[in-house]
Amino acid sequence: MLEVKDLHAFYGKSHVLQGVSLSVGRGEIVALLGRNGAGRSTTVKAIMGLVSAQGSVRFKNEEILGLKAHEVARKGIGYVPEDRAIFPDLTVRQNLVLGIKDPRKRGRWSVEEVFSLFPLLAERAETAGGVLSGGEQQMLTLCRTMMGDPDLVLIDEPTEGLAPKAVEQVGEFLTAVKKRGISALLVEQKLSISLQISERLYLMGHGKIVFQGTPGDLRANEGVRKEWLEV
Amino acid sequence: MEFALISLLNGVTYGLLLFMLSSGLTLIFSMMSVLNFAHASFYMLGAYFAYQISGAASFWAALLLAPLLVGVLGALVERFGIRKAHRFGHVAELLFTFGLSFLAIEVVQLVWGKAAVDYRVPSTLQGTLFTLYSTSYPIYKAFMIAVSVFMLAGLYSFLTYTRIGLIIQAALSRPDMVQALGHDVPRIFTLVFAGGTALAGLAGVIGGNALVTEPGMADAVGPIVFVVVVVGGLGSLTGAFVASLLIGILQTFMVGMNYSFVDFAREIGLDIHSAPLLARLSLTQFAPVMPYLLMVAILIFRPRGLMGARET
Repeated sequence: MLEVKDLHAFYGKSHVLQGVSLSVGRGEIVALLGRNGAGRSTTVKAIMGLVSAQGSVRFKNEEILGLKAHEVARKGIGYVPEDRAIFPDLTVRQNLVLGIKDPRKRGRWSVEEVFSLFPLLAERAETAGGVLSGGEQQMLTLCRTMMGDPDLVLIDEPTEGLAPKAVEQVGEFLTAVKKRGISALLVEQKLSISLQISERLYLMGHGKIVFQGTPGDLRANEGVRKEWLEV
Repeated sequence: MEFALISLLNGVTYGLLLFMLSSGLTLIFSMMSVLNFAHASFYMLGAYFAYQISGAASFWAALLLAPLLVGVLGALVERFGIRKAHRFGHVAELLFTFGLSFLAIEVVQLVWGKAAVDYRVPSTLQGTLFTLYSTSYPIYKAFMIAVSVFMLAGLYSFLTYTRIGLIIQAALSRPDMVQALGHDVPRIFTLVFAGGTALAGLAGVIGGNALVTEPGMADAVGPIVFVVVVVGGLGSLTGAFVASLLIGILQTFMVGMNYSFVDFAREIGLDIHSAPLLARLSLTQFAPVMPYLLMVAILIFRPRGLMGARET
């Protein structure tokens, strides 16, 4: 479904992505792991068209590198940014409605369905997004992206800074995503959630993919974990 | 009492006209981070277009067509000027709009001359609506209030109840995220710029004949509109509304009060012989400076403005 080949990106003179290649299959959840500054967020931003990059990004057999972010989104890719980026002055319901790309088409998710899955958001439907807790904001961002009915979702650090209960909810949400056959590229620093949910994983270091395999492969490879993940 | 009521009505009229101008400027700034120095030029063009259309057809046709024409011009400026200048950073954008304001004045002088044109209030809107004590209140000022309130209600409904309005509100805080959700933000930028300039054009249509339609009219109102946006808070429509009314009412009251601080001191029984020149100046003389003093005070004590969310 997603095929990234030899992706390069620069921030000024810094060569932040140095030939990243990865793939995500249909209905597959793939984790992209690594320490801070390894280039994971830049990789998803480059796929999304938010950072300019060179190389190749093919989605459903079509080259999408060079498209603007809204064009990438309309091809069927959803993006959940690291900083959540909810619209603070709009209500929870309005935030969700803005996730819908085309109100004339019915997608796999509706506002009412999201509310039934996450009653906490339903209780806060008319509350401004800006006053929600960190965990609630994260759920809102995830659900808002799903309202756009993506076939692939790029999720950047969904559990960053969240309380254990909220991390659990994010896990449940990702399981729901998986059940619906939606592919996901999950950027994470924490191993626990990635090893539980993902089918395959890539490990990044210094702007390159330094390891790829299954969660079992990573569990078995202590040397790689120590060198590229542990602080 | 008579003075207070009439000044209040005049102040509200002027304040609403200021809001019509500042609402567009603050929307454009908060969404696109473009400080449009040419904004008041669109107000001037609105007045000149209205003068031309009024002569060829009627004022009512001008009321509809002139803002539309200005809006189309605004869209073209955004699409083929500002968007290109944006690639070279904010300084390039700023210089572009600065240059555009001079270009607009030169073009207006070339087409309509350097003197004021005879753009008049239509005969159907001339006359007195009511007389309060000994002061008559013109129909046209009530009409200006009605148009402004209609515009205010329209803008509020558009931003609150329509999907595109919600997208605009969302893009005020996170345009990058709005785009990542699949909304064509550059197209929305064009729409907002067109809408903002059309509002400035509308202000020109109803203000050009009440005040004066001349090449200097943009320079006369431009700085005050910037003051309104700063005092209200960059990016806040509510702030722009409050600041417009505040400045409109305060300035109108001050213009009508021929008292100096020395006079006030005498009223309360203090006899000041050697007061400095500043204390001897009347409020009428202070009126033109008041908005700028207010802006300086706001920048010192509350840099984010009365209701702004951001400081830069």
